[in-house]
Parts: sequence; C-alpha cells; structure tokens
Amino acid sequence: MATTAVRAQQKAFTLGRSQWLGIVFLIAGLLTFLFFGRGLEAGIKTKFGLNPGFASQAIPIPDLVLPTQPTIYAMVLIMLLLGVLQLVRGFRFADALLGVVALCFVFAFLTWAARGKSFNLVGMLGSSLVRATPIALAALCGIMCERSGVVNIAIEGIMLISAQVAVVVATVTKNLYAGLVAAILSGAIISAFHAAMAVSFKVDQIVSATAINIFATGATSFISARFLEKNTNLLNNSGTFRIISIPLLSKIPILGPIFFENGLIVYLMLILTVLVHILLFYTKWGLRVRAVGEHPRAADTLGINVYLVRYVSVILGGMIAGIGGAYFTIGSVGRFDEIMTAGKGFIGLAAMIFGKWAPFGAFASSILFGFADSLQIKLQILRVPIPSEFLLMAPYIVTMIVLTGVVGRAEPPAADGQPYEK
Amino acid sequence: MPLVLELRGITKAFPGVLANDHIDLTLEEGEIHALLGENGAGKSTLMNILYGLYQPDEGQIFLRPRNRSAIPASAASRDGLVEVKIHSPNDAIAQGIGMVHQHFMLVPPLTVAENVMLGLESTRGGIFLDQRAAAQRIREISQQYGLEVDPDAYVRDLPVGVQQRVEIIKLLYREADILILDEPTAVLTPQEVDRLFSTIKNLVKQGKSIIFITHKLREVMEIADRITVLRNGRVVGTTTPAQTTPAELAAMMVGRQVDLVVHKESLTPGEVVLEVKDLQVLDDRQHLAVNGVSFEVREREILGIAGVQGNGQTELVEALTGLRPVIAGEIRILGTPVTNANPRQILEKGVAHVPEDRQRDGLVLSRPVHDNLVLCTYYLPPFAKGINIQEDTIIATASRLVEEFDVRTPSVFVPASTLSGGNQQKVIVAREFSRPVKLIIAAQPTRGLDVGSIEYIHQRILQKRSEGTAVLLVSPELDEIIALSDRIAVMYRGRIMDIVPAKGVNREYLGLLMAGVEASEAAKVAPPTIGVEEVERVF
Repeated sequence: MATTAVRAQQKAFTLGRSQWLGIVFLIAGLLTFLFFGRGLEAGIKTKFGLNPGFASQAIPIPDLVLPTQPTIYAMVLIMLLLGVLQLVRGFRFADALLGVVALCFVFAFLTWAARGKSFNLVGMLGSSLVRATPIALAALCGIMCERSGVVNIAIEGIMLISAQVAVVVATVTKNLYAGLVAAILSGAIISAFHAAMAVSFKVDQIVSATAINIFATGATSFISARFLEKNTNLLNNSGTFRIISIPLLSKIPILGPIFFENGLIVYLMLILTVLVHILLFYTKWGLRVRAVGEHPRAADTLGINVYLVRYVSVILGGMIAGIGGAYFTIGSVGRFDEIMTAGKGFIGLAAMIFGKWAPFGAFASSILFGFADSLQIKLQILRVPIPSEFLLMAPYIVTMIVLTGVVGRAEPPAADGQPYEK
Repeated sequence: MPLVLELRGITKAFPGVLANDHIDLTLEEGEIHALLGENGAGKSTLMNILYGLYQPDEGQIFLRPRNRSAIPASAASRDGLVEVKIHSPNDAIAQGIGMVHQHFMLVPPLTVAENVMLGLESTRGGIFLDQRAAAQRIREISQQYGLEVDPDAYVRDLPVGVQQRVEIIKLLYREADILILDEPTAVLTPQEVDRLFSTIKNLVKQGKSIIFITHKLREVMEIADRITVLRNGRVVGTTTPAQTTPAELAAMMVGRQVDLVVHKESLTPGEVVLEVKDLQVLDDRQHLAVNGVSFEVREREILGIAGVQGNGQTELVEALTGLRPVIAGEIRILGTPVTNANPRQILEKGVAHVPEDRQRDGLVLSRPVHDNLVLCTYYLPPFAKGINIQEDTIIATASRLVEEFDVRTPSVFVPASTLSGGNQQKVIVAREFSRPVKLIIAAQPTRGLDVGSIEYIHQRILQKRSEGTAVLLVSPELDEIIALSDRIAVMYRGRIMDIVPAKGVNREYLGLLMAGVEASEAAKVAPPTIGVEEVERVF
C-alpha cells in the first residue's frame, strides 16, 4: 500500500511534455493579460486593414474594426481555456494547439500594438509570403540534399553567389531571365563542388560547406567592392521582375493580394514546393532518394547507385538555392549589396528541420519566419515602445525557439551527413 | 537434381587474411545447402562474392542461364551451366541470385511495398510510383509462398520475423531462383525459426535453391540437404545430416574435438547480491525501454536474461551499471541502494561489467593493452600514488594478467585495436574478473567470438560462480542462456515475462515468452519445464 501511494505521488509530480505545454499556454495567457489587456482606456479600437496598400486588382472590402480591450480579453480567455484543458486532459494534437495559442498571442499583441491606429493585416501577410520566399527556397534545397543523406549548410553561400551572378548577368544582358538562368547554373556548379567533396572525397560535410560559405562571403564582397560599386549602372542595376497578377484569382479579397499578385520568383517558390513534394513522395526517383538518405547500403544491395542519387539530389538542390539567391537581387531590389542574404540560408535550414524535412512543412515554417520578419518592420512603423534592435532579432529568436524543440522534435533521415563507403 | 550453381576455386584475400582459399561449392535445384563455419571462416565473404559485393581474386562462377536457349556452345559451358562474371548486386539480381543479409537491408520509414519495389519500381509512365500494382504483386507472392505480410505497413512497425519475410519477398519479387540466407535465425525467437524453416521448405518445393549460412549445429541438422563446412577460408568437407553428427560437425568447424556440453557444478545460491525493484528506464528516444522490471541475483547463481535483441536488455544493463539514468524503481547491491549512482560508485561496490559492445564501451581502442587492463583501478594504489600513475606497476600487472587470461598479443604495449575480437574480449574479462567482484554483469559476452574464446569465457564465468560471485548474463542466444544459467528471465518489450529454473526448461515455453505471450497463456500451450535436456554449446 505504502509503495503504491509513493508511486502515485511520484506520478503526480512528474510533468510530461503535455503538462508543460499546458503551463506554457497558461503563462502565455497571463502575460497577455498583464501586458496587453490591462490598463487600456475603454472604448479604444484597433483597425485591421484588409485591403493591400498598393494598387491591387482585388475587390475592396471593408476593414476590420475591433474594440481593443474585449478582443484581447477574448484571446486571453481562449489561451487560458486551452491551457487548463491541456494541463488536465492533454491532447494528442498538442502541436496544433500550440499553433493556436501562438496565433492568439500574436493577434492579441497586434491588437494592442495597433490600438487606436490602423494596421494593414493583408499587406503584412502578403509581405510575409514575399519574405518567406528565399527561406522556403533554401529549405527546399536543404530537403533535396538531406533527404539523400548529404548535409548542406552551404546554402547561404550558394545563395549569396547566385544573387551576385544573377544581378550582374541580368544587368549586362539586360535580360532578367538570363540572370535567373545564370543564378540557377551557378547554384548547380557550387553544389556540384559540395557534392564532390561530400560524396566522392568523403570530406566532413560541415567543413566543406563552411569553406563554401567563407569563400562566398569573401569573393562576393571583393567583387562587389572592386567592380560593382564603381560601375553600378554597367554591372549592378538590373531592375526586378514585375508583379504578375493572375487573372480572376487576384480579384479574391484577402487571398488574392497575398498569393496571386507576386513576382515570378514567389510563384516559382510555390510551384517548386509542390513539385518537390511530388518528386520526393510520388516518383521512382524520390523513392530512391529517400532510401539512399535512410539506408544507403540497402539501396546499394538493390543495385541503386548511391553516389549518383546523391550527386543529382545535391545539384538539383543547389539549383533551387540558386533561384533563392536570385530573389535577393533581381527578385526584390535590383542590385547586389554585401552579405545581403543575412543568414536566410541558415534560417531556411531551420525551416527544413521545423518542417520535418517535408516540403509543405518547410513552406509553412518559412511563412512563420517570414511573418516574424515582416512583423518586425511593421512594428517599427507603428512605433511600438521596443527598441528596433530587438525587433530586428525577431526572426532569429523565432529560429532559436523552434530549434530548441519546443515543438515536437523530428527525426532527420537516418544516414544524414554520413558519407557512404562501399 | 540438376546443378544451378557451381563455384570453382574462389579465392579472396584481404590485407593480412586469406578469407577464401580456393573454395569449390555446388548447388542443386531445390536444394537447401548449409554453409557452416565459425565467425571469420569465410562464409560471408564467399556469399558477398556470389552477390557481386566483392570481386574474387581468382576462381570462376558458373550458373544455369535464366534463358535456356541462350546457352552458348562454348567451352565455358558445363552441365548446362555457363560462366558468369558478377560485378555488382545488379548483375547478381539479373542472374536470379538474391540475398537476405544478416543485418536486414530494409528502410524502416518506408512501407513494405516501397521497400520491395525499390530499385525495380512499378511505375506509371516510368516516373510515378504505382503503389497499387506493387502491392498487388506482393500479395500474389505472399499467397504463393505463404509469406503473410501487409504491403502497406511501415517496415519500422513490423516485428523482426515479419521484416525477414519482407526480405524474402524482395528476392521473390525479383524472381530470384537462388536465395542466399545469411544467418537468418540470429534474431528470431524459436517459434519464428520454425516458421522460417517451413517457409524455406515451401520455397524449395517450388523449385528455388537455397544457400543457408549459419553457425548453429542444431539448425543445420534440421533443415539442410547438404552441409559444407568452412574453416579458415577453406572447405573442410561436404556431408549430409544423415551421414554426420553434431559433434563431428563441431570438430570439422573448429579443427579439434569440442566439448559440446557445458559442465556446470551444482551449487546452492547464497545471499542476495543484486536486487532490482520496479525499474523503469528510458531509451535514447525517450520511450520506456525497461518497464517495471524486478528480479534478484544471489551468490553462486547465474541469472540469464533471454529475449530477442532490442527488448530493453541494453537499457537494463546500462541502468544497472550507472550508464543510463533510472526514472523509477530501485537497484540495491548487497543491500545498499545504488539507484542512479555513477559508474565508479557502482564499480567500487564490486561490480564487473562486460559490455555488449566491447569496442565502444569496453575498451579504449587506441590505448595500449596495459592501460586497458587497469581502466577500473588506475586511480587506486598500487597503480597511482597521489596524482602520479605508476607506469611500472601497471605494466607488470598487465603482463601477469595477459599471461593468466591467455590474451594472445605481441606485447602489452600494442593498442587494443590491433587484437582479434576474442582477445579483446579476454582483455575485458581479465580486467573485470581479476578484481574481487561480487557481481558480474555480462552482456552478450561471447558475441562474434571463435569457439576457443567462447569455451574460455564460459569457463571463466562458471569459475567465478563457483567462487561465490553472482552473475547476471544477458544474451540473445538462447542456447548460451540455457547452458549457463541457473534461472532464466525472459524479457519482452521492457518487461520480464517470467523467471523459470534453467534445469530442464522447455525451449518452446521460452520462445512463446520471447514472442510476447503472457506466462499464463504460454503455460497452457507448453509446460515451462520438461525432462532434463542435454544442452549444446553455441558457436
């Protein structure tokens, strides 16, 4: 009897992940109440703009005007309720719940930040997608490589070089498409080098990729300082892809301006996400890639050329990263600045991990990072009383929170990063 | 029966060893040909050559052509066989040769259908996978050969026995006629072995030919049509079960007379040395690997823990030796609680640990033998004085131990990595058994060793038992457990299903427990103990 009592007691005191999440939800709810909900003047309202700020084809709809304090209290209530439920019951889909709580928190925060003002929600969501584009492309590159068993942290460097190649070729040829193709090719060449190091020469993949990153920083900065800055109009002024509005679809309120009024590279990212998903999970080639990434020897005994599969996957990944690089220059600002990728390649890897090495998951997490990025800018405009340096950290802080495994941890491909010895 | 395969003069040398020395072997249609030999006798090398993973230095391979009309009238042809060169597994598969490797070549996160069709995919338009067509074909094969499996199941969710079926289906999917099974019974429960054997018999009835690689005498006698024994890379002889006896086969394998029976003194157990109560331990993935295990081990007693590998034995041993945290329950050694004590505290209580992975956990491979011999005691006098290591004393002691425990090494100064597996294990045994220990925790102490070393280590364990030491023996080899233990506990998915006396134990009962059948249910099918059975030593 005594022992059972002791054990029951122990059980009550050991908190599983489920209970911890419940506590986190409760804390989030309380913090929201303390910092955002309390001490607001009654009757103050927040206006969320549902029409994009730019000349859009979308049919205009009325903006959303919410009473600030009741809205925040509603969010607090939802968070507390979910927290109590999670603590007591525990849900199987705790991750989805975490998403809901995060969403409530962010919404409450925005409602608070924009109190008495107007905040363009659709504009921000649209810019989230745009800002997510290079991250998603980097993540897709990572997925291609790691699914075949090659770790590629050189994405940052590949994107940086591609960005520069794209703008120079586009400026010289006066053709943005030529710039894009050149970026893709340069991505292919650099990743082929990484593949050779990792697959054939069995060099430590982290070392090989780090070398590429250092080389990319040095080489692009040198070329930029030595040539581009002096001959801006000849070499570094390409213009950008114009916005393409998809007929009909772009007229849909809210969704239209977010998804169907974008530049070429954003569409390419959306298409590639679907394509890579189909390639990996529904084709013969994809099956071989997954097998090689999980258990290369098994694939080898069935007559699959492990080296070939890895080379092709890494090179294809590099081409996707090349498109990601092109986004920075010919996709957004039309010129190259030193180290302009600013860690997006690494954030892409975080998105890949958070997305559990699957294209749609990686896409969704890229949107999260893109959201953090564009939120930071909007908050500066709203003059939230937080130093702008802290706001700039937002995407990176989200990256760290994600990587510490707050959200269910995923297993990487079993042979990820291991050279295959026959 | 007509020949389907002939190997002639196959020779393969690796740096320092002649793995295969002019080996001749024939295989008839519908035959089960067992290839018997100790670890390192050259069985796997030979089969890897046949499967195209290695290229032979010398020798020829003759096969019956898949397409009969394609037999050329050249000199290379003999008895309807033609010489072939097998450069890769692809060539072997094309020639109708398939191999089930000892370590399964399955991709756990993929489905059965995906695993089976990998490399030979059913597609629509040559690009898109046709899961349904592959699943259909697998169901046909399942029915034809009695190999039940769900094509849509994920391989990681399947028990080992079913995974093996998937491996066999993989070969049949590629229409292999010659099936090589490399140590197929190593990971199976006795019942799964029976089922495998009936599958094999079914396969040969339908015209397949099988090469069965093993080191277990009992299995060879039961299933083989012909037996070829290899030793040190050479063929010692070919015989049939009717013409030979296990003792004779053992002698052929080892090259001298071997005592197949383990002689065990009968002793009365004394005080309780190790007491484990409701132990719970997590594995690396934070799943409960040991789930409420309780047992005790007494002086002069060997408790054997049987069970298919991966049922929590590793985690149990790691928890007992302080290498893995205990989340609930209690461990006592000689009455003192040592739950979550660190390894050195446990070791100082008089515990010897022979780890499962001797190269990872047992030795510092890059260090000389003499350092490895004092890993548990280097910080104590006479090996240390204050902060100084007494090199001379260590070397002298090491030299004595090497002598005493018959470690074959050029000197105590060579790195442990240069010794053979058997001698590495002897270094560990010398280190652990030469201390005044009260409890020995031995995990798979004879894995992968030659017969001489196995005999030696068994004898040392029994000697320690006679001296009054308590022994916890963990091994997936049921024969080893039955031969050495006084009591046997069967572990399944982190639980102990039952603990029974070893004397006269019923193998079938243990097999049911190993497969997860509850003790009460198992006892209805098979009584826990039957008459006293002579237990053969395993190799």
